[in-house]
Amino acid sequence: MPKIKPNRASPSLDMTPMVDLAFLLVTFFMLTTKFTSDDPVAVDMPKSISEIRLPDSNILTILISKDGRVFYNMDNKIKRAQLIKEIGTKYNINFTPGQVSDFAILSSFGLPIGNLPQFLDATPEERKLIEQPGIPTDSLNNQLADWLVYSRMVNPQLRIAIKGDGAANYPVVKRIINTLQENRISRFNLITNLESGPVAAAQ
Amino acid sequence: MSEVNTGGGGGGKKGGKIRSKKQSTRIDMTPMVDLAFLLLTFFMLATTFSKPKTMELVMPEKPKPDDLPPKVQERNVLTVLLAKDNKVVWYQGITNPQPTVTNYSSTGIRKVLLEKSREVGKKFVVLIKPSDGSTYRNVVDILDEMAITNVRSYALVDIATTDTDLLKAQSL
Repeated sequence: MPKIKPNRASPSLDMTPMVDLAFLLVTFFMLTTKFTSDDPVAVDMPKSISEIRLPDSNILTILISKDGRVFYNMDNKIKRAQLIKEIGTKYNINFTPGQVSDFAILSSFGLPIGNLPQFLDATPEERKLIEQPGIPTDSLNNQLADWLVYSRMVNPQLRIAIKGDGAANYPVVKRIINTLQENRISRFNLITNLESGPVAAAQ
Repeated sequence: MSEVNTGGGGGGKKGGKIRSKKQSTRIDMTPMVDLAFLLLTFFMLATTFSKPKTMELVMPEKPKPDDLPPKVQERNVLTVLLAKDNKVVWYQGITNPQPTVTNYSSTGIRKVLLEKSREVGKKFVVLIKPSDGSTYRNVVDILDEMAITNVRSYALVDIATTDTDLLKAQSL
């Protein structure tokens, strides 16, 4: 009696539809993605019902952390490289080409300008460990004002956005708003998260 | 690859047709799929879907020394003081203020804003004065309330000493 052989199906299956789908999704995510910026501090933004989208380019972000430290960030690598050179000449700090290119790809930072060369010399891993005191904003030594002035000089189309932590104290915010006003920036954006609607209002 | 065809052109095997060796049209897609899924996972995790929204805030320019202050009727002005601990104090008019304490809820300051703007009409002006004890969230919340209640003219102004005294009197 002959053995009954089970009809073995080939183990290789047709992967084409799956691959099609996978690549479709890859393409979709590649095109729509906007990377989460790695801010040196976590910022819990307040919510609002505003539905205006933040523009994608020409943005200067002023980050306010929970404990009132101020961080600066601007997009556009080329402009950033220009900026660091300009601000270096103002403060008599010579940035090496390596430091300039490092600054161009840096994310937010919050350091007095004097500490910047040392910070840029560190490796990206080391930078994460460095405690950043925030950019000085007090009236005697308002470096934020200089950053604003020079940023607007290298990129006149710049829009200013404030990304503040909800728990930040108002005096810090007031100082920043005053700095902006003193530099004749009267129109700026406050970055918020979307709230579902007026019904689910803040507590 | 390493084979070299030594037989001259034409010849071949015993006069038979030259058959090109048929290769399977199926290729092993596994590595490609691996890579595709790797990328897919990466982009899925790295992406941010909820794009942050923004609120536009337009501050007035610093007034010139010879500018006259704008004239408004006192009763058209509603002053909102942002106190500490998520409390709001409001009063109507400027002289002899009668402060009332409320909060940021929909039955709190929103109700007041809606009532007063209906009462006063088009000339309604809100002055927002955040105290030093208030937070950034409070400021965003109150600006949001302005958008919700459709108050057109409002201003974010520095708190006056009379107002801080007022808050102190309410122990806020």
